[in-house]
Amino acid sequence: MGDLGRQVGEGRMSEITYLEGIRQALFDEMERDPSVFCIGEDIGAFGGAFKVTEGLAAKFGDERVIDSPISEIGIVGAAAGAAHMGMRPVVEMQFIDFIANAYDILTNYVATARYRAFLPCPMVVRGPSGGYVRGGPFHSQNPEAGFIHTPGLKVVYPSTVADAYGLMKSAIRDEDCVLFFEHKYLYRRIKGELPAGDGAVPIGKARVAREGKDLSIITYAATVWKALEAAEQLEREDGLSVEVLDLRSLAPLDDEAIQATVRKTNRVLVVHEDTRTGGIAGEITARISESSFAWLDAPIMRVTAHDIPLPYAPQLEDFVLPQTSDVVRAARWVAAY
Amino acid sequence: MGSRRQATGGARQDAVAVERRTRNKGAAARPSALLSREQKLELYYWMRLTRTLEERLVALYRQTKVVGGLFRSLGQEADAVGSCFALERRDIMSPLIRNMGAMLVKGAAPLEILRQYMAKGDSPTRGRELNIHFGDLDRGFIGQISPLGDMVPVMAGVTLSFKMRGQDRVGLVYVGDGATSTGAFHEGINLAAVQKCPLVVIVESNQYAYSTPTWKQTAAKQMVDKAVGYGVQGLQADGNDVLAVYDVTKAAVDHARSGGGVTLVELITYRRKGHAEHDNQSYVPDGEIEWWAANNDPIDRYHGVLLKELGFTAPELDAVDARVRDEVDAATELAEQSPFPEPHDALQGVYADPAAETPLWFREGTRAAVERNERAEGWGTWDAKSGKGA
Ligand SMILES: Cc1ncc(C[n+]2csc(CCOP(=O)(O)OP(=O)(O)O)c2C)c(N)n1
Ligand SMILES: [Mg+2]
Repeated sequence: MGDLGRQVGEGRMSEITYLEGIRQALFDEMERDPSVFCIGEDIGAFGGAFKVTEGLAAKFGDERVIDSPISEIGIVGAAAGAAHMGMRPVVEMQFIDFIANAYDILTNYVATARYRAFLPCPMVVRGPSGGYVRGGPFHSQNPEAGFIHTPGLKVVYPSTVADAYGLMKSAIRDEDCVLFFEHKYLYRRIKGELPAGDGAVPIGKARVAREGKDLSIITYAATVWKALEAAEQLEREDGLSVEVLDLRSLAPLDDEAIQATVRKTNRVLVVHEDTRTGGIAGEITARISESSFAWLDAPIMRVTAHDIPLPYAPQLEDFVLPQTSDVVRAARWVAAY
Repeated sequence: MGSRRQATGGARQDAVAVERRTRNKGAAARPSALLSREQKLELYYWMRLTRTLEERLVALYRQTKVVGGLFRSLGQEADAVGSCFALERRDIMSPLIRNMGAMLVKGAAPLEILRQYMAKGDSPTRGRELNIHFGDLDRGFIGQISPLGDMVPVMAGVTLSFKMRGQDRVGLVYVGDGATSTGAFHEGINLAAVQKCPLVVIVESNQYAYSTPTWKQTAAKQMVDKAVGYGVQGLQADGNDVLAVYDVTKAAVDHARSGGGVTLVELITYRRKGHAEHDNQSYVPDGEIEWWAANNDPIDRYHGVLLKELGFTAPELDAVDARVRDEVDAATELAEQSPFPEPHDALQGVYADPAAETPLWFREGTRAAVERNERAEGWGTWDAKSGKGA
């Protein structure tokens, strides 16, 4: 299936961006399965605010790449209805911040449909997420925690090209609703190759991004790269061997992988860009405490954003969000405990 | 593509037709006929200030001094200025992204707008919010947020409070043609209609919502038709004729003030720049922008009216242009000198109580964190061989 009309032009082995990985997965799945369609604001001829869907309308036509009114409740609800009837909709939020508008229909309708009414909702809601881009309070959010708290929704948040591609394939093929968070800071900064073959990445499986033995950093999305930077610095300056676990899937969480890294290094730092209170780091900490308390040599610590709406000015945004230097400092503390 | 081309061409004809309708009404019946000579010149001043200030922002944007995106209202200055000009000092207005002109009329200073775009520490939001997302209740405007439509229910509440307290004040809220598709717009205007709130809802039909033409936004033939469904007064005007905009808004404001409730005012105009500065408008049919620039520029049109119909002289208008340039120059100089925010200021003001958040433990430095966890003996050194803190 792969090479047919690769949007990125070059052959399969060449490097593509994180954004192109997502686009390629949409392309491949639309080609494979005629029930897959995209709907969202400005996603057709214009290709979307970030150009994720560029070229899809030209290839698959207006009926399968639908420019919608500015109606997040409408498009998410319509996706649910179409999904009941056997379609596989992929909804774009122009910015993931606007998923808040569709919170009711996602959490009350979509998430409960299978359990309550035996109605399948195989659909994807995707969109550019996250900060570090001077986007201000409404173009930088990480609203994953609210949805992780909702039984019935799956949530993924990739950090690499292969995972962006492979998780999108799995999300579209999944029998339930998957929220697919894309980190806009990574869109064009991260490059990589696609794997040979189908390349689908299973939902619910974490990935060891770096092997280590002294300390584990559990994280996801853009802060995976900050954790990797920190790990390198800690190795260079402190001789510390840091393992980095990229969760990739936030619901369901990969308990096995979390336990494995905890029991291997006995010291844990959980890092995320989302705000602290009610963030997923708290859930991970609780799970480790319940499953692996006896293996811990130090308290589990969290590096997160401050509990503050994300401000616009670079000086303020950088202060509120977790930085590599924070991860280094916190890791040193956990390691030295 | 074919149908899109037709649809936008149709919008152009509509605009011309509306212009004829409003022009034929006869000068005596128009509220704008009662404006003083100074006020008529003032309208020109606000439009010119809007355009010149935006042009300055473009220059600063190109020098990367504007931190985020830049949003223009080129070609829509009359719609923002003429409508807000119909409000009294005590009334409250909530702008959208194309309404910098309305904010200027309500007393926002160019210096504030420049500092805001440049994310300066002494900007109205102290670096927290972008572009023209700021407000001041004393001067009578409430800052918008990005999620479209949300300000409609907020303004329903603002005007509800006027009613409850028996105050002689009205509210005015702007939405784009695209924003009328949101649930918030619908719920807000419906609530205000049922409560007979003294609210004017201005729908700016500028033909696009980002790349999406209006015919993909609504199956209604025209935005003003939506008023029927909400049971409110619906009015429509040529948004590029500043006096027509003033007239129609004044009628809506008077209606609200006299207890008539909500009016939906559709202003027909055209967004000549992209959604934001980065947008190359590839989706716009050839010649469309040029047509509006050549034939229907609101400032050119009013300039002509002032000279030919209202007895102003070219030197008078040139003097306004020069004054605007001087003001924008002076404001730019000050804004450039403004300091950036102090990082710790981010911690202030999430709540009234507590007034500030505490910096997180890793940010304060490890020593403080260690002290708080009462394990100071573990601090400082790492023994790579034993794999333990020494
Ligand atoms: C609820 C919501 N969805 C999506 C967006 C993204 N967005 C920002 S502006 C815009 C287009 C707005 O068009 P319109 O309302 O016509 O205003 P205009 O820009 O033409 O003045 C979109 C889709 C948003 N801000 N809010
Ligand atoms: Mg518009």
